[in-house]
Amino acid sequence: MSSIHSNTQVKGFQEHEIEQLRKEFPILHQSVNGKPLVYFDNAATTQKPKVVIESLTRYYFELNSNIHRGAHYLADKATTAFENTRQLLHGFINSDEAEEIIFTQGTTDSINLVANSYGRKFLKEGDEVIISGMEHHSNIVPWQMVCEEKKAHLKIIPVEDDGTLNIEAFKGLLSEKTKIVSVVHISNALGTINPVEEIISLAHQIGAVVFIDGAQASAHLDIDVKKLKCDFYAFSGHKVFGPTGIGILYGKRKLLEAMNPYRGGGEMIREVTFEKTTYNDIPFKFEAGTPNIADVIAFGTALEFTSKLGKKNIAAYEEELREYCTTKLLEIPEIRIIGTAPDKASVVSFLVEGMHPFDVGMMLDAKGIAVRTGHHCTQPLMQRFGIEGTIRISLAVYNTFSEIDICVEALKEIIKKWK
Amino acid sequence: MEVKPENINNAQEEIIESFEILAGDRESTVFYIMELGQQLQHLDDKFKTDENIIKGCQSKVWLTAWNEGEYVHYAADSNTDITKGLISLLIRVLSGRKADEIIDADLYFIQKIGMSGIIGSQRSNGLLAMIKQMKLYALAFKTKLAK
Repeated sequence: MSSIHSNTQVKGFQEHEIEQLRKEFPILHQSVNGKPLVYFDNAATTQKPKVVIESLTRYYFELNSNIHRGAHYLADKATTAFENTRQLLHGFINSDEAEEIIFTQGTTDSINLVANSYGRKFLKEGDEVIISGMEHHSNIVPWQMVCEEKKAHLKIIPVEDDGTLNIEAFKGLLSEKTKIVSVVHISNALGTINPVEEIISLAHQIGAVVFIDGAQASAHLDIDVKKLKCDFYAFSGHKVFGPTGIGILYGKRKLLEAMNPYRGGGEMIREVTFEKTTYNDIPFKFEAGTPNIADVIAFGTALEFTSKLGKKNIAAYEEELREYCTTKLLEIPEIRIIGTAPDKASVVSFLVEGMHPFDVGMMLDAKGIAVRTGHHCTQPLMQRFGIEGTIRISLAVYNTFSEIDICVEALKEIIKKWK
Repeated sequence: MEVKPENINNAQEEIIESFEILAGDRESTVFYIMELGQQLQHLDDKFKTDENIIKGCQSKVWLTAWNEGEYVHYAADSNTDITKGLISLLIRVLSGRKADEIIDADLYFIQKIGMSGIIGSQRSNGLLAMIKQMKLYALAFKTKLAK
């Protein structure tokens, strides 16, 4: 199947361009159980291009040194490379300033930072935090913890049958008690792209701050925090072709400055005496200890790699892949797709009638096809749909139409064998 | 009716033999385990209680046991066929044996058939949790009989 996106603004990718691109990802060229690997678990983590892997090793070969404080050649080189990633992120998400970007361990860490530093300082008894019914556990549990401590209440935006959020219900939840709204940009389990701009605007009308969990959006959508007007935004490096263990928290300067530090230690201080410690400015106030220097630098390389491909091109190509995948899956009568929102990113969650997702996943794995099965860390969402879990295909820009064909054929074979 | 192997090790040897025929082909192996799962005797819903759920398993597993004198019997179920298949292997090896035999059993067949490579390390932990629970039942019955 060859499919070419011919939008005037975005060029998408030609088949031969994807073939070239795949060469950049060494891990894709291997056999699993004697079959060529088909990697469809990109929402869990994306694979890494050679440039990112090389960037990581180059750091340890050529640059390794502790950053910011050292007054020597290597320390300076490492500091420049490290801070370069912050600059790249500043452009990547269009923040007002690079200092509004805090390095964290990932999206989960970023949410915990805000729940602790912002939530614990500003939430009071009786206040309300609103999240949605499709949140990942990492955007539920930290809020539950802080709400419990502060005797605040967690309110949930309900999810419709097609996997969209009920915005009318959200409007009904908003009140002067609402202090924080935290929602996912793209659902990891269903692929729904939420109308975050509208959510942010509605929340701001009553003075609440808004946190957007962008874990799934970073590799698929153009992120513009200025346009969104969100107060906080977070995502992880490893879902956008970068290394694991690194992510960001974006926060508006005035909010970050008003918040207490999350962790104490070196780097985050201005002056320490036994009587009192004064804190450093943002972003360092939130970056105690030696950071994950190598991964931050390689994360920067991943961002350059992504920007070179072009987010709009990526989105256009992935959209074609997803549509093709959905159409092909729906040709199989036993398959039911969970999450049919009009606005979706490259996730296709589904069930096979009469088979447990786990069993289907095991059989696909035996055929060299990596998908995810289970609740996808969204148990309340699964309960909403009355299911235990789904089989999830999540696509990335290096996936191909023929891989989808392989997967669909495999599913047909499994169903035929099992019926 | 299937002839019951004489002892635990005979039962293990039979399993090892049946997996040897599959010659390490992962697809056939997974399919075979799932088929075994489908053949597992149905567990009455009254036994599918929270009390009987084995913790540590990724998929849900309900396990119940009873004794006839010094012999311990097991029945189990799961929501996935793969796990049912694994349980059926354990039941084939351990069910209907003397409590002491079960407690002392060295279940070498799991390693011999390369189970962790087939089901993955996390699910292997689930399998170990099942074995632990089966042995605990045997120990409980033994203690009860000794009183």
